[in-house]
Amino acid sequence: MTAPKRVERPLSPYMLGQYYRLQMTSVSSVLTRITGHALVAGVLLAVWWLLAAAIGDSQFALANAVATSWFGDLVFTGSLWAVWYHYLAGLRHLYYDAGRGLDIRTAERLGWICIAGSVVLTVITILLVQ
Amino acid sequence: MRYLTDRKRAEGRGPSHTGAHHHWSMTLSSAGLAFLVPVWLYIFGKTLGQGREDVLDTFSRPFPAIVTGLVLVIGMRHFAMGATTMLEDYTRGTTRKLAVIFVVSLAWVIGATGIFALLKIVL
Repeated sequence: MTAPKRVERPLSPYMLGQYYRLQMTSVSSVLTRITGHALVAGVLLAVWWLLAAAIGDSQFALANAVATSWFGDLVFTGSLWAVWYHYLAGLRHLYYDAGRGLDIRTAERLGWICIAGSVVLTVITILLVQ
Repeated sequence: MRYLTDRKRAEGRGPSHTGAHHHWSMTLSSAGLAFLVPVWLYIFGKTLGQGREDVLDTFSRPFPAIVTGLVLVIGMRHFAMGATTMLEDYTRGTTRKLAVIFVVSLAWVIGATGIFALLKIVL
């Protein structure tokens, strides 16, 4: 009987910055992942706020004070930009999946659209819900 | 002539051994969220900053309650699966297993907490 050979399978190497120069395509891709995960902060604050509203006045007073403080504004404004960035980059992903937009010129332009578009949509949202 | 389809050949492959299913699930949830998230942002943004009575009033109405419920369930599944992919990329072995268990559990806890709050407000 031969012992089964253990294969040390490789992990995805993290190339950005160390081996590859920063490019719009790679930076806008990793930003999708970063914003997606960072959104958990905004979700936690929003769910705590909703739970507090459901439970009682004193709980809501505390959660609402935090959610509407400078800290809450910082988390929610950051999350708003993150969700819009993740949103546009997600649409771009669906577009890429359809086999479109993969030439370098278009791919780089789409990256800039994600960044500029997310800022514009963040400002529009803030103005809309004021 | 090959009798296996491309999809069949992909089944069970990849680092998660789920073939193309994970990718298709993310496609489905992202398409759903593309409609839900802007609507929910508007509802939440308008309600944040109001008093408790107004907050309860908003989220007890059918439309905001249903949208919030859908965002919680689909959004948290989307988060759990995306976070799992990241961990599959950068960790291995026991670390990977523990980290995947943590993010999947976190997603379920957040989802369940939000649904509990919604039910308490609506009912």
